[in-house]
Amino acid sequence: MEKRVVFKHKFLPYLLVAPQIIITLVFFIWPASQALYQSFLQEDPFGLSSKFVALQNFKMIFTDEIYLRSIKVTLIFSFSVAAIAMCVALLLAAMADRAIKGATTYKTLIIWPYAVAPVVAAVLWYFLFNPTVGMVAFYLKTLGIHWNHTLNGTQAMILVIIAAAWREISYNFLFFLAGLQAIPKSFIEAAAIDGASPAKRFWTIVFPLLSPTAFFLIVMNIVYAFFETFGVIHAITEGGPNEATNIMVYKVYHDGFLSLDLGGSAAQSVILMIVVISLTVVQFRYIERRVHY
Amino acid sequence: MVEHRPWLTFMTHAVLILGVLIIAFPIYITFVASTHSLDEITTSFPLLPGSQLLENYKRALAVGPRDVGATVGTMMLNSLIMALGITFGKIAISLTAAYAVVYFRFRFRMLFFWLIFITLMLPVEVRILPTYKVAADLNIMDSYSGLIFPLIASATATFLFRQFFMTVPDELCEAVRIDGGGPIRFFFDILLPMSRTSIAALFVILFIYGWNQYLWPLLITNDESYYTLLIGIRRMLDVGEGQAEWHIIMASAMLAMIPPVLIVIFMQKQFVRGMTETEK
Repeated sequence: MEKRVVFKHKFLPYLLVAPQIIITLVFFIWPASQALYQSFLQEDPFGLSSKFVALQNFKMIFTDEIYLRSIKVTLIFSFSVAAIAMCVALLLAAMADRAIKGATTYKTLIIWPYAVAPVVAAVLWYFLFNPTVGMVAFYLKTLGIHWNHTLNGTQAMILVIIAAAWREISYNFLFFLAGLQAIPKSFIEAAAIDGASPAKRFWTIVFPLLSPTAFFLIVMNIVYAFFETFGVIHAITEGGPNEATNIMVYKVYHDGFLSLDLGGSAAQSVILMIVVISLTVVQFRYIERRVHY
Repeated sequence: MVEHRPWLTFMTHAVLILGVLIIAFPIYITFVASTHSLDEITTSFPLLPGSQLLENYKRALAVGPRDVGATVGTMMLNSLIMALGITFGKIAISLTAAYAVVYFRFRFRMLFFWLIFITLMLPVEVRILPTYKVAADLNIMDSYSGLIFPLIASATATFLFRQFFMTVPDELCEAVRIDGGGPIRFFFDILLPMSRTSIAALFVILFIYGWNQYLWPLLITNDESYYTLLIGIRRMLDVGEGQAEWHIIMASAMLAMIPPVLIVIFMQKQFVRGMTETEK
């Protein structure tokens, strides 16, 4: 699609795109190419010299057990966050779509946690589950469960999943509700006249019509869990205990800034870039719901 | 609703109310904790608001937490400057870039378009170390430019404006030309006023995005006077073996939530529009 009517000007268009392009080149393209370049280098610990080592860095991280574990942890974390956030959101959206009275009030009350930063969400849940001052941890103890996510890897994972999924419920709710409201009511009425129960109507009519939204949300939730949950991990567990919650994004930060392993960190960045690029491609190619540019 | 089923209606509301309560629970507890003294919080798990509200918030805003060398007031101001800088910066450069791409034919137009597009695929998280290096080389560590500029390139905003510009009727552009107006006049007199609703929707989304930035400020601020509030809150948790000042942390967390939450509640229409249109 192109405009028929355009302006002719020699330098104005360049001036107009210049700010965006300069920022993109300086802070996006250049650093990304540096990451790519560095991933083929090995630097000595003082940063004085570096030598070309081809795919050595990649070979190293893929034989590194800690990295392989980190991939596994990332997958468990991301899919759990996506599954929990989406299931809860779908249930609430289906209910809100049914409720005629108070639907908008419920909507307001459910969407606002999206505005809470992941790291603040993490602090809230960390407080509730804190082994010494946390209320939930205290009541769990009376039930016989000793909650200490600083020692127990599984509990740490559960806590970061809850903290990350909590605010994502709002996001999913918003899209599910919009998807539900776009389904023509006549379909549902027709099925009701044929005697289909509400549950049957939901699974045979509503749910299939909602699948493009669901598919889109799966991708978005995974992108969120992969990349935007850094604050959650950093505030609650710092990847611990014993690497149990060391997701890939956190590991890039940890290896690059705290362990100063530049080559390894760059190679991990490149792998993450490949992940984002594939997710973006999936999102654009297979998700028809998305606006076509 | 297509049929009358009182029991189901009752269930619907029950599930929704339960959902709302569960979602709001951590925030309610945060608020309650922010109104008690540290002793009360650590010994008795209060469920109702206490009497220390003013003291805690005053202490956080004016005196600041124990181990962080800046007051919450300063950090909030930094967060606000960063959020507004990112918001207006992104909107401004996206508007002009989209205008150039849609309304002009020039060499490398498609190349520029793809360059902008690529930024979609490179979140800060995947290129932290080299971007940090660039910031260090440009000497923008510990400065507002360092907090703002690396984050203002935005493919989504550019696409949103591009898409909107494509729907603007060509006749408007022709009319301006017949009246002897040029591209600048068309941009300010016609296009900008017409984009108002898109700009409002983007404002809400981008303000939340900017206010909630965490990783980038964490990397480039060492000087406490440039800490954003989120960085400050994280620092307050770093007490090693000591007792964290939970009453101050919780008051700060409330203060960190209030601006974006208020924007979502009061600009809900723009928020929903922004979410569904930018989808990012």
